[in-house]
This record gives sequence, C-alpha cells and structure tokens, in this order.
Amino acid sequence: MELSLRTLQNSVTGSRWLPWHAASVFGFLYLPIVTLIVYSFNGSGVGGFPPRDLTLAWYRLLFSDEAIWTSVLNSLLVAIAAVIISLGFGIPAALALDRANFPGKALFRRLVLLPLILPGIITGLSLLMLFREADIKLSLVTIALGHGTALISVATTEVFAGLQKLDRSQEEASLDLGANYWQTFRHVTLPNLRLSIIGAALLIFTLSMDEIAVSFFLIGRDNTLPLEIWGRLRRGITPEINAISSIIFVFSLFAILIWYRMRVASEVQPEIAGELLESLSQGD
Amino acid sequence: MFSRAYRAAITLPPLLWVVVFLLIPYALLFCFSFWAVSPAQSIVHSWTLDNYRELLRVNVYLQTLFRSMWIAARVMIFSLLLGYPLAYYLSFHAGSRKDLFYQLVVIPLWVSYLVRAYAWKSILGSDGVLNTLLQYVHLTQHPLDFLLYSPFAVVLTLTHIYTPFAFLPIYASLEHIPRPLVEASHDLGAPPFQTFWRVIFPLSIPGVAAGATFAFVLSLGDFLAPLLLGGPSGIMISNIVVSLFGAAYNWPLGAAISFCMMVLVVALLFMSERLEKKWSFR
Repeated sequence: MELSLRTLQNSVTGSRWLPWHAASVFGFLYLPIVTLIVYSFNGSGVGGFPPRDLTLAWYRLLFSDEAIWTSVLNSLLVAIAAVIISLGFGIPAALALDRANFPGKALFRRLVLLPLILPGIITGLSLLMLFREADIKLSLVTIALGHGTALISVATTEVFAGLQKLDRSQEEASLDLGANYWQTFRHVTLPNLRLSIIGAALLIFTLSMDEIAVSFFLIGRDNTLPLEIWGRLRRGITPEINAISSIIFVFSLFAILIWYRMRVASEVQPEIAGELLESLSQGD
Repeated sequence: MFSRAYRAAITLPPLLWVVVFLLIPYALLFCFSFWAVSPAQSIVHSWTLDNYRELLRVNVYLQTLFRSMWIAARVMIFSLLLGYPLAYYLSFHAGSRKDLFYQLVVIPLWVSYLVRAYAWKSILGSDGVLNTLLQYVHLTQHPLDFLLYSPFAVVLTLTHIYTPFAFLPIYASLEHIPRPLVEASHDLGAPPFQTFWRVIFPLSIPGVAAGATFAFVLSLGDFLAPLLLGGPSGIMISNIVVSLFGAAYNWPLGAAISFCMMVLVVALLFMSERLEKKWSFR
C-alpha cells in the first residue's frame, strides 16, 4: 500500500518548523567547508571579514611546497596498501561469516568491528605496543598495517551486505558444472560483488587518507598528509592548508560522483556509509 | 555446498590476521597496564597494581575523565537535537528531495576530520571570521575570547563532526517504519503529535540509541580537537594519555587509563545493544 505524500504529511507533526531546522543544520554542516574554500583565495590570511585581495598565491605556494607533496605521496601509498590489506582479509572474512561456522565466530565479528567504534587512540596505542614488543621499527609500513587492520571492518561489512543479496544458486550451478571453488569465486562470486567491493575500496581509501588518530602513534620518519597538516597547524596557520584541503575535497566529490553513477547503473544499490553504520549498530 | 577445505581457506587467513593485529594488541594494552617503568626509563615486565592505584589517587585523572564524559554527553545531546529532527524531516516531509538531502548530510563526512576542526579554529579565533564579522557589522567592539580555546569550541566542533553519525542510524530506523502504521494512527483520530509520540518515536529508539552511542563514544576518546581548540580548560582524558606516551614516558599508566576507557566504551556499546534489542520490532 503506497501512501500519497500529502496524506503522510498531514498525519505527521512539525511541518512548519522542520524545514527551517533542516536548513539551519545544513548551514551548520557546510559553514566550515565554505569558509575553508573561500579563505583559500584570501590574500590577507586565514580569517578576517570580509575576505579581501582574492588571489591564487596560496595555490602557487602549495604547488612548489615539496614537503606537502611528499606527504601526499606517502598518504597515497599507505591508502593503497590499506585497501589491499583490508580487502585481502575482509572479503574472505565476509565469506567466512556468511558460510562457515567456527568456534569464536561471534567474538570474531565483534573484534573486527571494534576499531571503528573504539576511539582511534586505543587502537593506535595497542598497535604501538605490539610493534614495540616485537621490535619493529615504526615507518609508513606500520601505519599501513594499522590502517589495513582497522579498516578490515569496512570491507567485511560491505561485502557481507553484498553476499546477503547474492543468489547462491548461481554459485551452485557453477560448482555442479565442474568449475572448482577458485574458478567459481573468480568468475561467479566476485563479479556479483563488484559494486560492494568498489564501494568498500573507495571508502577505505578515503578513510585511510584522512586517518590521524592511529597514524599519530605509528608514525616513523615520514609524514602522511594529515600528520604534515597537523605539524603545520601547531606552528601557525596559513591559507595553504585551506588550498590543499579544498583540492582534496574536490577530488572526494569526484569520487562520490563516480560512485553514484555506478550505483545508479546497477540494480542492487548498496548505500556504503549507511550500511556500515547500520551494521555497526546492530552488533550481531 | 561448501567443502571443508574451502571453509578453512576463507576462515583461517582473516582469523589469523585479526588475532595478531587486533586481539594480541588489545591484550597487550591490558598487560601493559600492570607493568612498570624502571628509574632508567625502561619498561619492567613485572606485575603490579600501582598504575590503577595511581589513577585513583591523583585527582586530575578522574576529574579529566569526568570532564571528558561531560563534553561527550553534550556532544551527544546536541548531535541528537540536530540529527533527529533532520532525519524526521527527510523521512516524512522531504518527498522527492529525500535522496539529495541524504547525500548533503553524507558529503561533509568526506572532508577530513582535521581540516574541519581547523576550519572551526579559523572561524572562532580572535582574528577569526566570526569575530571580525561581528566587529564589521558593529555588533561587538572587541573580539569575544570565549569562542576559541574553551570547552565550548570543542563541543561545537565535535558536534559538527558527529551529527552525521547520529543522523544516519536514526534516519535508517525511521525509514524502516511501515508507513501504513502512521496512516492507521491518523485514521484512528490521533492528532499528528500523538502519532509521533506514540507510534513513530518508540519505533525509532533503536536508531537513537545507536546514534547517541556513536556520538558519545567517538567524542569521548578524541584528543585532536581539544589540542587544537580546547585550551587548558578543554583538555580531555586522551590528551593525558598522549602526554604519558610522549614526554612523560609512563606507558603503563597511559595503558591503564586507556584500558579503563576501553572498558567504559565496551560497556556502553553493550548497553546500547540491549536497548536496541528491547525496542526493536523486526
């Protein structure tokens, strides 16, 4: 039974003040982002109203700033490694949760989700102690291991949600027709999960690029971008930070756009961030 | 349908990885909290309760923990006050613009946490956007100095960051409410507010519990926003842990505080899960 919107609106409360509330929440959410972008063009520094002396100088400064670009490169390497690790272990983990029974399964599931819900400092410190006790030197590798581990949860949840929608008879048919498990996985299971996997990869990549709480404790000699920014913020702020952040924001927007085009084109429409939060809140 | 070997192949590698890189580290945190630091600044692997005694003995630790919980509680309340009506508006009033609005809530999540905290700093500072704007329109003569380097700035920034986290599960729970229930309530003569209070709100409690937990737990452990915007009065418990792991070099005490925080968080998650189960109609 489908209700008309009008009937529904008449039977629920708050139609007068809710739009204003919604508009102010959006204002609140976007105020810092708009400020960030506007002041990246502000000649006289961060802050000061009205913005004046519009200029591209900060972008020019940014493009010749080697330390920033080295840290961007480091972050990209870490993010790629994190995607590989978390998909490499997260996809089998999702398959295992879907179709295998083993002792400690419930605990395993909770443990995998824990790094996303626990404050990052706890996961960061715990890994720091592991690397210390194992005598492993801190470097970009330890950061990548940290990100990869903390984000397995993202891959597992997304792929698990995809598996729930998967029609298992396709895999059965493939096995019956003589394909082995690996061939079935490669040619039947994986293509069906394509969208979930790409969505998970995008999300893991972005989360890793932005991660700071875990990296903060696992940092060696080389900075990732957030840590480079952090170091500069403590020394004083210039619109150069606004400039690099605006550029990354635009890139993220493109990533979201590509993702939505793919999502619209497919029949199953996974909702990446939403599914993740929902499964976190359902516990088991 | 799946053979033993297949099941072993999909189970063992992730299981092993998670044990080595999650279970053992969390267990190490627990162990560290019972170890000690020698006068020569090295970690002694002997078991003692001293760290926990220290934690209870020195006032500043518990005080800071309670202050952090108070900051987190305010962030939770404000995120719910912003997130719930927004989710309700999207779910019941927004009509065809629902999807667009949903994306508008999610997009800020793609902007770096650090960068958004920094943007607030540039807005709230004494030469910041807000103060210069207020002086520009002659509302104030001098910069308002309570805006930055205060618990207010921390609560504001964390509310900004965690409102989408509170919104998403609430929105999901509202979307799951069968619409005929709402219509039935209307047809049976309930005025709109009663429909909300007796039908919609109880069914959305699982979402509220989840959203509230996210906002509280994630802001409780934050240490970057307080460092950037909090000033001396906005210091939170994780800042103490950071200094114990840094200059103060007392890892075992830092581990003891972290472990208490972890127990607190897991207990909260457990409670919120119970609450969600109790009110869940699925």
